[in-house]
Amino acid sequence: MELFELTVHALQQKLASRQVSSEEIVKSIFARINKVDDKVKAFITLTEEDALNKAREVDNAGQYKGIAGIPLGLKDLFCTPGVNTTCGSKMLADFVPTYASTAFRRLEEQQGILAGKLNMDEFAMGSSTENSSFFATCNPWDLTRVPGGSSGGSAAAVSADEVPFSLGTDTGGSIRQPASFCGVVGMKPTYGRVSRWGVIAFASSLDQVGVISKDVYDNALIMKIIAGHDHLDSTSAALDVPDYTACLDGDIKGLRVAYPQEYFGSGVDAAIKDAIKKALLKYEELGAIVEEVSLPHSEYALPAYYLVAPAEASANLARFDGVRYGYRDNEAENMEAMFSQTRCQGFGDEVKRRIMLGTYALSSGYYDAYYLKALKVRRLIADDFTRVFKDFDIIVAPTTPTTAFKLGKQSGDPLTLYMNDILTVPVNMAGLPGMSIPCGFDQGMPIGMQIIGKAFDEATIYKAAYAYEQSTNFHTMKPALGVE
Amino acid sequence: MALTIKEVEHVALLARLSLSEDEKVKLSQQLGAILNYADTLNTIPTDNVEPLTHILSVHNVFRADEVQPSMPREEMLANAPLVEAGYYKVPKIM
Amino acid sequence: MSKDYEVVIGLEVHAELKTQTKIFCSCSTAFGAEPNTQTCPICAGFPGVLPVLNKKVVDLAITTGLALNCEIPNICKFDRKNYFYPDSPKAYQISQFDMPICINGYLDIDVEGRRKRIGINRVHMEEDAGKLVHQGDITTTPFSLVDLNRCGIPLLEIVSEPDMRSAQEARAYMEKLRAMLLFAGVSDCKMQEGSLRCDANVSVRPIGQVEFGTRTEIKNLNSFRALERAIEYEAARHIEAIKGGETLVQETRTWDEEKQLTRSMRSKEEAHDYRYFPEPDLLPLKISQEWVNSIRAAFPEMPEQAQKRLVEEYGLPEYDAQILTLTPDSLAFFDQCLKQYPDAKTISNWMMGEFNRLLNQNNMEIGESKVTAAGLVQMLKSIDDGTISGKMAKMVLEEMFATGNCPEVIIREKGLVQISDEGTLLTLIDDIIKTNPKVVEDYKSGKEKAFGFFAGQIMKATQGQANPTLVNKLLKDRLNHIQ
Ligand SMILES: [Mg+2]
Ligand SMILES: [Zn+2]
Repeated sequence: MELFELTVHALQQKLASRQVSSEEIVKSIFARINKVDDKVKAFITLTEEDALNKAREVDNAGQYKGIAGIPLGLKDLFCTPGVNTTCGSKMLADFVPTYASTAFRRLEEQQGILAGKLNMDEFAMGSSTENSSFFATCNPWDLTRVPGGSSGGSAAAVSADEVPFSLGTDTGGSIRQPASFCGVVGMKPTYGRVSRWGVIAFASSLDQVGVISKDVYDNALIMKIIAGHDHLDSTSAALDVPDYTACLDGDIKGLRVAYPQEYFGSGVDAAIKDAIKKALLKYEELGAIVEEVSLPHSEYALPAYYLVAPAEASANLARFDGVRYGYRDNEAENMEAMFSQTRCQGFGDEVKRRIMLGTYALSSGYYDAYYLKALKVRRLIADDFTRVFKDFDIIVAPTTPTTAFKLGKQSGDPLTLYMNDILTVPVNMAGLPGMSIPCGFDQGMPIGMQIIGKAFDEATIYKAAYAYEQSTNFHTMKPALGVE
Repeated sequence: MALTIKEVEHVALLARLSLSEDEKVKLSQQLGAILNYADTLNTIPTDNVEPLTHILSVHNVFRADEVQPSMPREEMLANAPLVEAGYYKVPKIM
Repeated sequence: MSKDYEVVIGLEVHAELKTQTKIFCSCSTAFGAEPNTQTCPICAGFPGVLPVLNKKVVDLAITTGLALNCEIPNICKFDRKNYFYPDSPKAYQISQFDMPICINGYLDIDVEGRRKRIGINRVHMEEDAGKLVHQGDITTTPFSLVDLNRCGIPLLEIVSEPDMRSAQEARAYMEKLRAMLLFAGVSDCKMQEGSLRCDANVSVRPIGQVEFGTRTEIKNLNSFRALERAIEYEAARHIEAIKGGETLVQETRTWDEEKQLTRSMRSKEEAHDYRYFPEPDLLPLKISQEWVNSIRAAFPEMPEQAQKRLVEEYGLPEYDAQILTLTPDSLAFFDQCLKQYPDAKTISNWMMGEFNRLLNQNNMEIGESKVTAAGLVQMLKSIDDGTISGKMAKMVLEEMFATGNCPEVIIREKGLVQISDEGTLLTLIDDIIKTNPKVVEDYKSGKEKAFGFFAGQIMKATQGQANPTLVNKLLKDRLNHIQ
């Protein structure tokens, strides 16, 4: 195997035993990127020179602790000092932060090496990465298909072996859905588990940082590094972070697994339902207790989400006004014109649509009917999960209703596109941890299985995911990409 | 049901977006469709339900009142489209 | 003001809190720094940043609530108030909407000897905005400059009920509120520096009418005087409009200090919908009874307690007590004097009289003056022991005020020592009597003026240094003995 194909833990071993240097790994990664990224188009910015310099530094120091010397990619909404952070938007095309997001800082403290910044739907709004202001990213399994979104670049880059792992964010499914589409492992931890500091906000009460990796072990390994309390984020939980890799023993005898009937409805492709049902049988085989349950408010999660998230976004994105950073329309003759023209030219259609929707939902006369109503429904959705988790350890469901769709196919009607999030959004509304792992293929396209856990119980998800992964070989399959 | 163009214009003014006529027409329909979909929420009774504003049941997160150095002004101004004499420069207000 | 109409006034006061750092970041709050040198990505609203609440702000808000007799609900939260303006970097202000930290308080004010209770609807925490610098006027400047130093400075917004019925009441409320905030130690309340700002809601209704008239909000009231004048102006404008059958518009107006009138700010009113919603980046606050009690236990003496003490323990008139307790500095000065000098009324007279005149003349607060309590006491003692006269003392105080020197030095340097030597004075008196026989005759024939002439001549001859009491006594003595 080539170095670029290896997992983080495989690279750790090679570095620790001095079989390879960090410089060799970074060079291998960039050779791979040069070879395939013309096709995949996962990266917005590459930081090759810095990466090589850092790799040499690590090699010179000769200490390979943690993820020292291992390259990584970041969704382009993690602030990186001195490196453009665009959020996939023309608005921030030239924005260079002076501060680092906490998640990235923690990786850097272990001397993880940034390879570049990854494409995404503008301001994380979308499910296909077609809403990037710059270009669309392609699915490595079929370049005519989308990689999912909004962390499409992060999932595609890992799937195409351009980086061993990446960070993404998940507001309504933006890690799990692209992970599912690209056949990789994506974890959205509990709201509050990873600091949101330095991550450009979409919807503050829903956004969570998470990891996209080639396998479950890597995911657990990276999550342990980035998770934990941060005094810069008031909503980050002051709880200890367990050693997630320590519980990956494959033993899930007696694990109580629920599958909600609402997640196997008519909107979900038969092949996907079959794949998940097979996975459930596998769980039984492994000694788990599997039962059907009901999450009756599931169908209301999506409409509620499309009020709450845009409402918060309308305020979060109001700061992009052309005054202190970002795009400005220099032709505007006064302040008001500058604001309105800057924002109209700097934001793409989907972002404008959601700002309009959120502004409307909060505006006088509509607040109670839309925003407040959605918050009440949010409570009911969360209560559904609480009820089920009294008797079960995890919930298993499909991650997406379909496999990756064709580029350009869903760009016409926003509502159709929003339906992609129908199985992931409830988890964000309830603030719970959720993961997607590969569980099969349909006509050559990966299928993802979603595992949902109790609040702050990522450990059980990792344990269950690992047991399944190790008893199957889906995670070892790689897209051909027409190279070699 | 589509929003009226007037409603779209009012919301666009609140959101500071100078939409083109085409955009207004499109948005009046798209927003209307999404809001229609949102109306399905009205089928669930929520009279005695507390709105969920914060998913974490944590309170009183504080910082001590201790000064840390501010960020150097050059860094604060480095990304600005226009600066003058240590200020952000903006077009006339009126 | 027409007798048929009643003015209804409510005040919204913004007080800057006395903290070292801003409300949601660790930037300094020091006044007067170079533009944009006290900012960071948080207070300047950069992408990806998050607020963390300064605990001191909550402590001071609770303190204020207690000082203003408020209830402190056990839970409160922050909200976003959305509006675009270049001095508001996030385009929303983090404020409190439907669950403020303090509610339902009151403040008692004294106007023309009457006590009146003014309701306080709420006190809430919020962040300040930045500052815009224009070339000349906002309407004519070709561009504006943005300074974000003030962004994120913690504010309390204190909203009164519409309980005031005259400009004087509004002023009294404002003065009392300022005193309370100063005594509670929560704000510096410097109106000129903007650390205490006031907006007035004014409406007018015919006497006897229950419903309120159309209300306007006046901004930019930077002094007690501006507050009074603006309300008077605005009330007169409303009455005139009502009498003339005009319809008043509910709007925001600004006080033009130069022209002494209010002007419409209607341009700012378009699209006025703040779209408040709960701030997701900040968690709610639980204010326990223990927390409130611990603040209550550490409470400093407040103006009303101090007034009572001054009246009951030191026998000062109510009026003196009220004036001396307008600021904690003034009360502290008085208390310090009293420790070293037994006569409360004399201290009060000097503080409220000459000293106060000098402060007003120089637009200064007592804490900013060079005159110390010890200095004033020394001066009073110099009067008592006859070293200087009361008149000289005024000069001495002026000099103390200007230079900060102690009275002893001033008296010595200026040669202000009073002549109290009987022999010296008698020689002078005899001399003057001798050279003015005609005036002596006038005196003898009962013309009181003549006495004044002699006294004046002696003061003139001694360049004002003669002990006036002694001169009077000796002069009367001598004149009465002349046959
Ligand atoms: Mg306010
Ligand atoms: Zn700051």
